[in-house]
Amino acid sequence: MPIDTSAAFVRTSEIPPSPPPPSETGLVKWLRENLFSSVGSAILTIVSLIAIYFILSLAIPWLFNGVWNASSLSECREAMEGKVGACFAVLTERWNQLLYGFQYPASEYWRPNLALILLFFAAAPVLFFDLPRKLLIITAVYPFVAFWLIWGGTFLGPLIAFLGLAAAYFVFERVGKQNFALGFIGAIAAAFAIWIVGGGLIPDSASDNAMLKAVPSRDLGGFMLNMMLGATCVSLSIPIGILLALGRQSHMPLVRFVCVIFIEFIRGVPLITLLFVANVMLAYFFPPESTVDLFIRVVIMITVFSAAYIAEVVRGGLAALPRGQYEAADSLGLDYPQAMRLIILPQALKISIPGIVNVAVGLFKDTTLVSVISMFDLVGMIRGPILASTEWNGVYWELLGFAAALFFVVCYGISQYSQWLERRLATDHR
Amino acid sequence: MAITSDPPKGGFRVGMLFSDTRYRSLTFQAIAAILLALAIWYLGSNLLQNLAAAGLNISYDFLGEPAGYDINQRLIEYDSRSSHGAAAIVGVLNTLLVSVLACVTATVFGVLAGVLRLSPNWLVAKLMAFYVEIFRNIPVLIWIIIIFTIMTTVLPGPRAFRGDDPASTMFLGVAAFTNRGVYMPGPVFNNPLFAVGFLNWFLVIAVLIGSFFGARGVAKWATNVQFETGIRPTTWYFTVAIWLLPVVLLLLFMGLSWNIPELKGFNFTGGLKIGGPLIALWFALSIYTGAFIAENVRAGIQAVSKGQTEAAAALGLRPGRVMNLVVLPQALRVIIPPLISQYLNITKNSSLAIAVGYADITATLGGITLNQTGRAIECVLLLMLFYLTISLLISFFINIYNNAIKLKER
Repeated sequence: MPIDTSAAFVRTSEIPPSPPPPSETGLVKWLRENLFSSVGSAILTIVSLIAIYFILSLAIPWLFNGVWNASSLSECREAMEGKVGACFAVLTERWNQLLYGFQYPASEYWRPNLALILLFFAAAPVLFFDLPRKLLIITAVYPFVAFWLIWGGTFLGPLIAFLGLAAAYFVFERVGKQNFALGFIGAIAAAFAIWIVGGGLIPDSASDNAMLKAVPSRDLGGFMLNMMLGATCVSLSIPIGILLALGRQSHMPLVRFVCVIFIEFIRGVPLITLLFVANVMLAYFFPPESTVDLFIRVVIMITVFSAAYIAEVVRGGLAALPRGQYEAADSLGLDYPQAMRLIILPQALKISIPGIVNVAVGLFKDTTLVSVISMFDLVGMIRGPILASTEWNGVYWELLGFAAALFFVVCYGISQYSQWLERRLATDHR
Repeated sequence: MAITSDPPKGGFRVGMLFSDTRYRSLTFQAIAAILLALAIWYLGSNLLQNLAAAGLNISYDFLGEPAGYDINQRLIEYDSRSSHGAAAIVGVLNTLLVSVLACVTATVFGVLAGVLRLSPNWLVAKLMAFYVEIFRNIPVLIWIIIIFTIMTTVLPGPRAFRGDDPASTMFLGVAAFTNRGVYMPGPVFNNPLFAVGFLNWFLVIAVLIGSFFGARGVAKWATNVQFETGIRPTTWYFTVAIWLLPVVLLLLFMGLSWNIPELKGFNFTGGLKIGGPLIALWFALSIYTGAFIAENVRAGIQAVSKGQTEAAAALGLRPGRVMNLVVLPQALRVIIPPLISQYLNITKNSSLAIAVGYADITATLGGITLNQTGRAIECVLLLMLFYLTISLLISFFINIYNNAIKLKER
């Protein structure tokens, strides 16, 4: 084919694409789209930057000029030589008091530490379903080991408590398969039989020369107390909450009425009034000669409190199940306990997990309220013995910041776990 | 559950109480009733024995006895010769005061943070996420203490305002921010209609409520005119006049003037004092609950599906109207029930006032009165009754609201 040469110029190759203008690439584009997309957005960005600068300009010198070695606030001030800085020495000097309270014997600190480490092993099979189910045995044994480690004294008490529960489980597994009611009653009877007989067998002097020195409950304190209250009350309140939720859904008017009254009453009053009850009122309801620890009374009231909230969360889960699930269970001929255990609760609990975790985080934060009834938890230690001491009078920010950071780490961790679990359990494909 | 109708087989046997679905629920309820009665009897008899052993009785006479303690922050007349009952009422009003104030500001914080968290501006969205996570994961008690400490250590004491060359000066010459609280000009009526101070304020509020209904009437009238003629009359100056005129006239008639705080001796006198504990509690509760409300608001806005916005746009609505007429009404349906339960939480968390020394009901009735009289059971019961009443009232309104906005399906 002849080429028309009259044309002055014909491009035979393609022009290479030119790079996008600088305002449409890389950092500049990102800034334009995300920080300065409009006048209002630009103003917001500048205001935020000023606010961040203001906070950091105060916080960074304070953090980095911090003094870590001193025995009192005045020594701290001398060491800083007029600069602005934090006196983190209070944390190093009072570290043990912040974590364990001021009365827990210093030689025994390894016991709560060990209990905390074991807690991770005990919680793991519950939190991560992929682990082998056999590991749940650790979870079952853990409360008794932890009790023995923290309170010390004779190991016979926790051992008999454990044996009682083990017997109850054994009886229930054997009999409950055929007849739920018989297995249930038999389990309770077996547990009480072992507790009463075993309790009688423990000699009164068993705690005197025990392997671990006995520590009374009033010597517990610091962040350890918050962790203990949180872990105990959450794990006790989940089963009670589930029972209350089932009771509230029940077709028996009396049971439903009692559960509704209980849940609404507890949810209607602040936790602090329930702690007042634990502190000044609950003792009147125990038998005259008995002396029940303040710790146990507080555990009872906080458990009752969070059980009511968990009951509402679980009720939400039960209500969210389609009616067809209940009807399908009935049509298969399952009785009520079977239907609940095999069909309804596994689905309802899955729906309620995020809510239950929220309640648990809230409950853990609320354990700081025990400082109001003069128990020395982390906040109680800070407000009481440490800030009132002559050496550290006025070291507010370091102590409160430390407490805030501890709670933030734990609570944020739990809520991240909950979000992971939600993604993990999601069966709908959206 | 498990309702099956077995045909009756012959006569009645005892075993049928457990095996026959017709009788089983009755049997269980009877057992539950017996257990419940036993528990109540056990606890009650313990209580009676313990009370007898301690030589106590249940009596509410102490409410009439003189309290003997002072309360700085109060809405009604009260002095140390007033009764414990009066102290409790001061506490109730203080609880309601801080709760209402905190509900208003928490809503403002929460809505702002929730909307900004969805903003296309990366920095602002991240900052708001940071705010929400920081405040949701640290106990409110620690926040109350931190904010109270900030107030008392950062703000100057009243003595800093003294002298010829004071370290601090009053804001615009009328308000003083001190570590004991904020002193502001207080309104005074020179020509009050009622001798009792707060009745005058009730009158002002009543007039404002009247204005509200008046303004609504005008809006309704405008809508009717619009339906008939197709043109909406301009009404904004009516509305402004209805809101302002009556209340301004009433205030002028009662002789409103401002009482400006003055430094006398070591402290300010006159004017309106908002105590440091009240401010700390108010601010801490609002900023803490604001973080939770922000999450509710965000969830509410995200719950409106994108199809709704697109459908509204396809109908030709402008973006402002899409927000007002389509997105917000649906988002509010999701937002408002949890919002109200956050208000309930504010009311319950206001009981932490005891940690900063604000005289709410927990600090007066459950604190000083309980310790002075030793009437633990009575005080704690009254305390619970008060909070229970408030919660039940609020849940009553939630239920009414939920029924009113329920999607009417089928």
